[in-house]
Amino acid sequence: MIELQHLSKRFGGRKAQPVQALDDLSLSVPAGSLYGLLGPNGAGKTTALRILCTLLAPDSGTVKVAGVDALAEPRSVRRLLGYVAQEVAIDKILSGRELLHLQAALYHMDAADRSARSAELIDLLGMGDWIDRRCGTYSGGMRRRLDLAAGLLHRPKVLVLDEPTVGLDIESRSAIWQVLRQLRDQGTTVLLSSHYLEEVDALADRLAIIDGGRVIAEGTPAELKGALGGDRVTLRVREFSDEQEASRVRTLLQACQGVRQVVVNRAQGYSLNLVVEDASVVETLRRQLVDARLPVFALAQSRPSLDDVYLQATGRTLIDAELSVAGRRDLKEERKQSMR
Amino acid sequence: MTSASPSLTPVAAGGGEPSALAEIAQETLALTRRLFVQLARRPSTLVAGVLQPLIWLVLFGALFANAPEGLLPGGMSYGRFLGAGVIVFTAFSAALNAGLPVMFDREFGFLNRLLVAPLRSRSSIVFASVLYITSLSLVQSLAIMGTAALLGYGWPGGAGLLLVLVTLLLLVFAVTALSLGLAFALPGHIELIAVIFVANLPLLFASTALAPISFMPTWLGWLAALNPLTFAIEPIRAAYTGSFHLTDVVLVAPYGSLTAGACLAILAGLAAGLFLLIRPMLDRKLT
Repeated sequence: MIELQHLSKRFGGRKAQPVQALDDLSLSVPAGSLYGLLGPNGAGKTTALRILCTLLAPDSGTVKVAGVDALAEPRSVRRLLGYVAQEVAIDKILSGRELLHLQAALYHMDAADRSARSAELIDLLGMGDWIDRRCGTYSGGMRRRLDLAAGLLHRPKVLVLDEPTVGLDIESRSAIWQVLRQLRDQGTTVLLSSHYLEEVDALADRLAIIDGGRVIAEGTPAELKGALGGDRVTLRVREFSDEQEASRVRTLLQACQGVRQVVVNRAQGYSLNLVVEDASVVETLRRQLVDARLPVFALAQSRPSLDDVYLQATGRTLIDAELSVAGRRDLKEERKQSMR
Repeated sequence: MTSASPSLTPVAAGGGEPSALAEIAQETLALTRRLFVQLARRPSTLVAGVLQPLIWLVLFGALFANAPEGLLPGGMSYGRFLGAGVIVFTAFSAALNAGLPVMFDREFGFLNRLLVAPLRSRSSIVFASVLYITSLSLVQSLAIMGTAALLGYGWPGGAGLLLVLVTLLLLVFAVTALSLGLAFALPGHIELIAVIFVANLPLLFASTALAPISFMPTWLGWLAALNPLTFAIEPIRAAYTGSFHLTDVVLVAPYGSLTAGACLAILAGLAAGLFLLIRPMLDRKLT
C-alpha cells in the first residue's frame, strides 16, 4: 500500500551543520496492516512521514501510495491519506465541531456526508460531551482525539499518525489504540511512528526499526524478537560494581556453556547483559558465581523485547539513544523545517 | 447536495471529477468562514480597526484645519482632502497585516492541515484572506466615509461609491498577496511584524494621503508618484469631487499625468503581478 524507496533527505547547510535526516530509507507497508515505525527521537521518523504526506520533497527516492506516485500526483495521494501530525494543529477559537466542518470542506465532502461522518466519529471517539466547546479549553487527550477524528473524516485508505500517544493519559491512549485496531480490522492501512516500545509491540502487525535515517530491522514483533533467540539476563553482582570486577565476571560468564553475548552496561553501574540459550543455564550460572565467591545483588531474566532488537542492531538501548541524541539536535533548525 | 451515498467524494453530474470551480469555492468559503468566526469571537481587531482611522481623520483634520487657502488643488478643505487618504491607508494597513494569521498558522502547524488536504487550488488560502480583509476594509471605509460626511467633508455619489469599492478591492488584493508572500518567505512572526512596522508609516508619508505632490520637494514628489497608495488615493479623491470620469486626469506626476482609469489599471497590474509572484511560493512549500 505504501512504498518508500531509497529516500534520502538532508537538512541544513550554509549556517547550520547539515543533518542527514534520511539515509537511503526503504519501507513497504502491506495493505490493511497496522505498521509501526519505531526509533529514538531524531531517527528520521517524522521526516519520513512528512515526505509520505507530501509536506516535504525528498532529495532522492520515490514515494508511492496505492500505486500512485506522491511526487508526481500529490493531490491524488493527499486524498488517500489521513495525517495526524505530531504537533496537534487545532484552532483554539473554533469548536471541535467547527474544526471538523472545516476539515470536511477541505476534502470536498458534501453537507450530508459531513454531518453523518462527524456524528459517527464523535460517537466513536467519545467526544459528544465537549465537541461544541472551543478547542482552547481541551486537554491534551481531547485534542488528540479531535485531531484523529479530523484525520479520519474523509475515510482515508491510509491513516498516518506521528507519535499519536505522546504525553497522553492512559484512558485517551487506550481509546486511541482501540480505534486504530478497529480501523485496521475494517481494512484501513495504519502507519504510526512511536518511540514507545510497548506501543509498537502491542499494536503493530509489522514494524520497522529506524535509526540514523535508515531501516535497521523489519518484520513482525514476534519474528524480530524470535530471531534474537534465548532469554535476556541482567546480572549485578553488587549494586555498583567497578569496571574491573565487571570484566572479571564477564570472563567468567563467557566461559559458561549456553551463554552468548555478554555485554557490560556502563550506564547501569556496570551490570552485565547476556543472552542464555535456555532457562536452565541460569541455574548453572548461579552455581558458578557462588563457586567463584561472587555475590549476586540482582538477577533478572526476561523474554527478548523490541529494545533488545534495537540493542542488538545498534549496540545501545533506545533510552540511551534518545539521551545521546537530545544534546545533538538543532531544535531551531528543526522548527524551521517543520514550519512550512 | 442531498446525496446520502457514502462515497468518498461527491461526483458531479457529468461524471468524473467534480467541477474545479465548485471545489475552489467550497475551500475558499470554509477558510473565509473560519476567519469570520475568529473575528466574531475576538472582535477587538474590528473595533480598533474602525476607531483608529476615525481618530486619524478627526485629529489630522483638526491639525491642518487652518492651512492657508489655496494650499490644496481646487481650494479643497483639508478634511475633505484627507478623507481619501485615510480610507486608503486604513485598507492598506489591514491588508498589510493579512499575512499575520497565516504566519501564526504556519507556526502552530495549522497550515500543515491545509497543505496535506487535497485542496483543488492552494490559491484558496489567498482568496480567503482577500475576501476577509476586503470585507473588513469595506466596513472600515464606510465608517470613515460616514464620519467624514458628518464632519462636512462630503460624500461620493453612486458611481463614486462604486469607484471607491473597486479601487479598494484592487489595492487590498495586491497588498494582501504581498503580505501573504512575506508570511511564507520570512522565518517567523517577529520578522513579519518588523517588516510591516517599517513599511507602514513611510508608505503613508511618501504618498499623497496627507499632502499633494505640488506641496512636496521634488524627490519626495517622485516617491509619492510611484507609490501604489497614491494610485488608489487619487481616484477616490476624485470620486469625492462629485462629477468625474475614468478618463479624467487625477494625478499630475513628475513623469506625466494619469487618468483615474490608468491608476486603476496600474493597481490591477500590481495585484495580478503580486498574485502570480506568490502563487509558486504556495506550491514550493512542497520542496
